[in-house]
Amino acid sequence: MNRTPFIVRFLQATPKSGWISLAVFALLTLVIIPVLHLAVAEGSAFHVSSYVVTLVGKILCYAIVAVAMDLIWGYAGILSLGHGLFFALGGYAFGMYLMRQIGRDGSYKADLPDFMVFLDWKELPWYWTGSDSFIWAAVLVLVVPALVAFAFGFFAFRSRIKGVYFSIITQAMTFAAMLLFFRNETGFGGNNGFTDFKRILGHSITSPEMRVTLFGLSALMLMATLVLGRYIVTSKFGRVLAAIRDAESRVMFLGYNPLYYKLAIWTLSALLCGIAGALYVPQVGIINPGEMSTANSIEIAIWVAVGGRATLIGPVIGAAIVNLSKSFFTQAFPEYWLFFLGALFVVVTLWLPNGVVGLWQQMRQQMQQKRRAKA
Amino acid sequence: MRHFLLALFCCLSLHAVAGVDTAVLKQLASEESDDKIAAIQKLARSADPDAIKTLHDLAEGTLKDDKGEDITVNNRVRREIDAALAALRLFDADPVARLSAAKEVAANADASMAPVLAKALAKESDPKIKGLLAEAHALATLKDAKPEVRIAAAKALASSADPNIKAVLKAQSEEANEAESLVRRAAFQSYLEVKDRLTLAETVGKIFSGLSLGSILLLAALGLAITYGVMGVINMAHGELLMIGAYATFGMQTLFRNHLPDYLDWYLLAAVPVAFFAAAGVGVLLERTVIRWLYGRPLETLLATWGLSLMLIQAARVLFGAQNVEVANPSWMSGGLEILPSIVLPLNRIVIVGFSLFVLALVWALMNKTRLGMFVRAVTQNRPMAGCVGVPTTRIDTVAFALGAGIAGLGGVALSQIANVGPDMGQGYIVDSFMVVVLGGVGQLAGAVWAALGLGIVSKFLESWAGAVIAKIVVLVFIIVFIQKRPQGLFALKGRFVEN
Repeated sequence: MNRTPFIVRFLQATPKSGWISLAVFALLTLVIIPVLHLAVAEGSAFHVSSYVVTLVGKILCYAIVAVAMDLIWGYAGILSLGHGLFFALGGYAFGMYLMRQIGRDGSYKADLPDFMVFLDWKELPWYWTGSDSFIWAAVLVLVVPALVAFAFGFFAFRSRIKGVYFSIITQAMTFAAMLLFFRNETGFGGNNGFTDFKRILGHSITSPEMRVTLFGLSALMLMATLVLGRYIVTSKFGRVLAAIRDAESRVMFLGYNPLYYKLAIWTLSALLCGIAGALYVPQVGIINPGEMSTANSIEIAIWVAVGGRATLIGPVIGAAIVNLSKSFFTQAFPEYWLFFLGALFVVVTLWLPNGVVGLWQQMRQQMQQKRRAKA
Repeated sequence: MRHFLLALFCCLSLHAVAGVDTAVLKQLASEESDDKIAAIQKLARSADPDAIKTLHDLAEGTLKDDKGEDITVNNRVRREIDAALAALRLFDADPVARLSAAKEVAANADASMAPVLAKALAKESDPKIKGLLAEAHALATLKDAKPEVRIAAAKALASSADPNIKAVLKAQSEEANEAESLVRRAAFQSYLEVKDRLTLAETVGKIFSGLSLGSILLLAALGLAITYGVMGVINMAHGELLMIGAYATFGMQTLFRNHLPDYLDWYLLAAVPVAFFAAAGVGVLLERTVIRWLYGRPLETLLATWGLSLMLIQAARVLFGAQNVEVANPSWMSGGLEILPSIVLPLNRIVIVGFSLFVLALVWALMNKTRLGMFVRAVTQNRPMAGCVGVPTTRIDTVAFALGAGIAGLGGVALSQIANVGPDMGQGYIVDSFMVVVLGGVGQLAGAVWAALGLGIVSKFLESWAGAVIAKIVVLVFIIVFIQKRPQGLFALKGRFVEN
């Protein structure tokens, strides 16, 4: 059988316009912003402040999570209220490494992380073994969220739990994990989580170079996620997923087993969230169990809904819109932020079922129709 | 002779306290603590009302010796004084004072107190104080020199329900502390009896707190079960409807305090209908403006109602402030029912258990005995079919949602009596009430009841050996696993459904 080679199919999955947009995005995030941040003097009008770099870097990480959420919600119809957990697990996995990198520079000048000294622990718990190695931390970031998702997903999908039931039990799972991480005895810093990071691979974490590196890595990861996502949703696998979303019983009658399709996309989605979390933590400098709160996980869903489900660029736009407005509101009108966010949930679900991207497409169609009517 | 001395004493020293034997006073003034203690014990045994005043003065450091100098006391002596005072107060005319004294004495009775206790026991008429005194007396004679006295004491202690006595009996039944094997056996026998009684009491206490938690969960979940059953709608704003009920209670309290201060104790009764209608009103508003437009899209409804809950929380912050407000228990609800010395059931919790039973009965009657309830059940079971035979399904939706919201408001009234009332209060219950609904099965009152009470009791038992957080985690994990086995919950609706 003469099949198109994988690499060609992979490259063809993203249309030409998509590659051009990605190139522009790459130029902006990998060249222009770093140069403006590092090389242009601070007083200059063209200087990009560290606040902006950190904020945009944060949003890039959120955007990865949003795309991951879209893969599972938009394309497979499974609303997860547990993505905050996978994000936080990735963050914690990398945070362990960052805590070990502090070395003896903590407030207690001890080999152990400060919170362990505070709890009067004498040695590292077994699950901290190897946490001083970057490679091991990277492995944990990839494996832990994926493994948790796989185990949870396997049992949930096997019993054909779906719809709101699935959403609710993912919420319960996240809630249970949050309670677990809040305990001091769990060994992840309890309430305060991990903070006060000093360096990565021996380099200072607060230096502008490191900031730009993390920023660039987040941008690269987002682009990779988008390209991979495009490949997945245009492949045969992606079409089966969409079929499962639209009529699961029929897919089963046709001889497919939805379990493995759902499980694969679910695990991949969690893995992407974990990576986003690992990139997020060194940029914001803290990870605590609050990241696993119910509210955070639901907010991820609204990023996707605002941007437009089942489009890959939508979640990126949605994450940017919601988080930029959050930064704006919490500074300018802190008491109205929750009103705005709440209204956003309602308005988007009632009137914008396809999000901003859907609105744009609708407008473009109407304009084309008008033009045709004139001609 | 004594009276003469007394009079003389009063004349000699105006500062000194009347009514105390000079010999005792001299001994009290001694340099040696042991002498002082002996004198204090002598005073305690005298059962003389004047002795109380002397001991008080001694403790305060204002008692003078025969040379007019202050008698100083150290901590060891002070402890003796306290014990002696408690012993003397056993003869007080006021039963309340006697009861508190008896409790104090029972806590640290030793052999030297035995005669006083026997005397007090003989005089006492109040059965409650008598029981305490008998216990203290037995405890005091447990170290008596005569084995038969010790055996009698050990046997007498068998009727106790005090954890301390359990420990004392356990110690007495060990060879290291008790040479006589008969006494050991008696002590051990009594120890077993006390232990059984305590275990039973503890179990009763745990079941009660489980019931109490379960009744709260039931109130929170009942409304959710109805709306989810009828409309398949996950109402994430349900917790905020609880909050509205609690704030309505707060509002009624303020109203009564300002305008009807004489009837302040009854504000809670007025709050019940007000909270119901306030929450139901908000429920109707939510249903008419948002939820009705999202039928058939349960996941979107989940998000929209979450948005509504955020707005309601912020509205409460703006209206009432971000701080918790204070809702006080009416006086008839404070206090507790003491079933055993170690177990007290708080009255407010008992009232709440009763209240949730009342609400449950009301809902049951409404659902099973009225035409409206029949319609609601019909829509729950098969919406299109119900519509076909003339049930006004959209109106039933609104009414069912209002009913669910109103019940949440009633839950808020109950919550205001035992938990903090603040804008965020609803958030803490939302996961739990979903768990109840998921566990119980959709649209099933019986399911919700069993799930709520079961979860409440199981959580309390887990809490006692693993701590609150682990208990909660275990319960959540259990539910997640349970759902794998029975995705329809404990009580599934019977019938045939087409998915998708």
